[in-house]
Amino acid sequence: MKTLITARGITKHFGATKALDGVDLDINAGEVHVLLGENGAGKSTLVKVLAGIHGQDAGTIEGHASLAVIHQELALVPELSVAENLFLNRLPRRFGFVDRAEMRRRAPELLQRVGLDVDPHAKVKDLGIAQQQMIEIARALDKNAGVLILDEPTAVLTETETDRLLQIMAQLRQNGVGLVFITHHLDEIQRIADRITILRDGRSVGVLGPRATTQHMIELMVGRPIDEQYPRAQQRPGQPLLSIEGLTRRGAFEDITIEVHAGEVVGIAGLVGAGRTEVARAAFGVDGYDHGTVKVDGKPLRRNDVQAAIKAGLGLVPEDRKGQGLVLTATVGQNLELVTLGDRDQKRLHDIAGKLRIKGRVEQPVKELSGGNQQKVVIGKWLLADPKVLILDEPTRGVDVGAKVEIYELINRMTAQGRAVLLVSSDLPEVIGMSDRVVVMAHGRVAGELPGGATQDQVMALAVQEISA
Amino acid sequence: MSTISIRKYAPKKYLAENGALAGLLVLALVIAIMQPAFLNAQNLLNVGVQAAVIAIMAFGMTFVVVAGGIDLSVGSIAALAAMVGALTAGPIGLLVGALCGLVNGALVSYGKLPPFIATLAMLSVARGLTLVFSEGQPHETDALVTFLGSNLAPMVPLPLLLMLAFFGITGLILTRTNLGRRMYAIGGNEEAAKLSGIDVRRQKLWIYALSGLFAAAAGLVLAGRLGSAGPQAAVGYELDAIAAVVIGGASLSGGVGRATGTLVGALVLAVLRNGLNLLQVPPFWQQVVIGAVIALAALLDSLRRR
Repeated sequence: MKTLITARGITKHFGATKALDGVDLDINAGEVHVLLGENGAGKSTLVKVLAGIHGQDAGTIEGHASLAVIHQELALVPELSVAENLFLNRLPRRFGFVDRAEMRRRAPELLQRVGLDVDPHAKVKDLGIAQQQMIEIARALDKNAGVLILDEPTAVLTETETDRLLQIMAQLRQNGVGLVFITHHLDEIQRIADRITILRDGRSVGVLGPRATTQHMIELMVGRPIDEQYPRAQQRPGQPLLSIEGLTRRGAFEDITIEVHAGEVVGIAGLVGAGRTEVARAAFGVDGYDHGTVKVDGKPLRRNDVQAAIKAGLGLVPEDRKGQGLVLTATVGQNLELVTLGDRDQKRLHDIAGKLRIKGRVEQPVKELSGGNQQKVVIGKWLLADPKVLILDEPTRGVDVGAKVEIYELINRMTAQGRAVLLVSSDLPEVIGMSDRVVVMAHGRVAGELPGGATQDQVMALAVQEISA
Repeated sequence: MSTISIRKYAPKKYLAENGALAGLLVLALVIAIMQPAFLNAQNLLNVGVQAAVIAIMAFGMTFVVVAGGIDLSVGSIAALAAMVGALTAGPIGLLVGALCGLVNGALVSYGKLPPFIATLAMLSVARGLTLVFSEGQPHETDALVTFLGSNLAPMVPLPLLLMLAFFGITGLILTRTNLGRRMYAIGGNEEAAKLSGIDVRRQKLWIYALSGLFAAAAGLVLAGRLGSAGPQAAVGYELDAIAAVVIGGASLSGGVGRATGTLVGALVLAVLRNGLNLLQVPPFWQQVVIGAVIALAALLDSLRRR
């Protein structure tokens, strides 16, 4: 097998912190090489060093192939067409002007290579996130990239979209492309990986083969055995704390009724686009709705009034951590005090930061923290406000295994104190494992409700069903 | 593994701020070497007085910039406030300035206009009203406003003291009040601020009103120094105020900025003007140099942040 890129002893410091410490990595032609590790383990830094975005402080990289990185934040121009994005920077030209005919001719060919069936003239902003990813991959292939690095591409994809991506990856592998795949989903790794390099605290702690067990991977990753992935501790439910009754917004969701009792975790599952986030945001007062009521502890909330919702005891951890949850220019402490600005108790800030095991100082800029720690900050700002009901929208997206379990423990602690949690999640094992009941949404409606411990198949059966309007 | 310590963090930020301060000291040193008269006590006081008007205006601008906006109307508001102050009474001028700011805030938050457009409109409206009220003539200021521009005692110019007072107030608002903390949240991530229960629209109303109020105060100080309010007073001052804020290390994309930075920024501009005059650089060239210094300051800041 041909080795495309050989990296030896890569070391990289950022100030006093050692992000990478003597990491070795080989990328072979025709293999899927998974990089696995908790957030902050050094995966992204390693990718950036390989791509030449960061220079390494020590170590060597030898390469015999050009390399393309598909970052989590896609590098597409939303207002331009699919074809223009494909040839961005290398637009075919004739007489000094863009040669549209040539573009039209070559675009479908490229799109076919990634199995994407879209109109080359469509604007990129009108496409779904999965399709946009494919366009980036197609563009990388057109540049004859021998090595393709995919940085958590599946974090934003639905199940079917993920399946599709894995198929394309398998096909690229057959064509001799070397793939580096970063993901937190261990099941995906088992489906596609040829080799798995596991990073912990900037060091490579093991290289596993395709038949590695989940248990083995997790233990290497966190450096200690993990007892249980979903440690839900059920409580006896008390009085209803959150009642969503007949909530309707035309075109988004219809007749949604969900009740969450004290001590309970209710999950909302469903496909992307089923209206889960929309319901969560409407209940919290961020967006309006046409009919229905939202009650917290029996008292109806004014619609479209976040302040009233918070005062009544509601909290929302939004799905987009960086875009909606954090003030990235501010420190950890400033983010923690965001909801409870009036009460300026530094001791409580430090207490909560310690209790959440946030790896980072209160005075540190929050953007320097890893994803899992950032998410703990967002949750922490709500815990300071001590809400009766906390709505968590994709709370563990892009969060590593260790931090995930800590977030689950927080959920347990809240419900043990008689609070309630509404858990919106696309991660099926999570929503099943951590919820006492699961409400499944499809096409903006409640498709059904399942008890905790339901199977993934049962949830999916409800999620994909067609509801006649 | 929780490593929460009370140790002072953010050496980078510290550097960024001292960067502007270091620039100011180097600038002063160079000028002092080339023209020792610069260090004359009277001259240094003059620099302070000259800095005062821009600094007070820039403090108000700091609130807006930290909250992710911009206020192009401060020069016009200063002129309008001074004119209304001269025609009626100083405090009424202040009130008018705050009102103009409120209108800016309403246009931005409830009218959903980009701050650039809303305050550009106010720049024109406030200047126009100044011309209308003044009928194109300068008007003498009353005793109270004239007092603002005078010396409290020999070698104790009131504008300098006022600048320091506004500096203190600005620092207090930014770091010790909820409104100030919210400015950073709104400028850093408006969506996150909203989802954390901050009434972003109402906060913006107050933020722009504060900027208007500060601009009016700057206008009164300016008129007091000159003894009269002119229809064309403070034209273009908004650009100096923005420059002072940016030289001071604030980010025009919001969420970053400090009172000390803005003070240093305003002093840099005043020292530069004063020094260029002392060195007898022709006024046309002065503009070129000042522009280059602004670009240089912003460049250094952007390099430091990398």
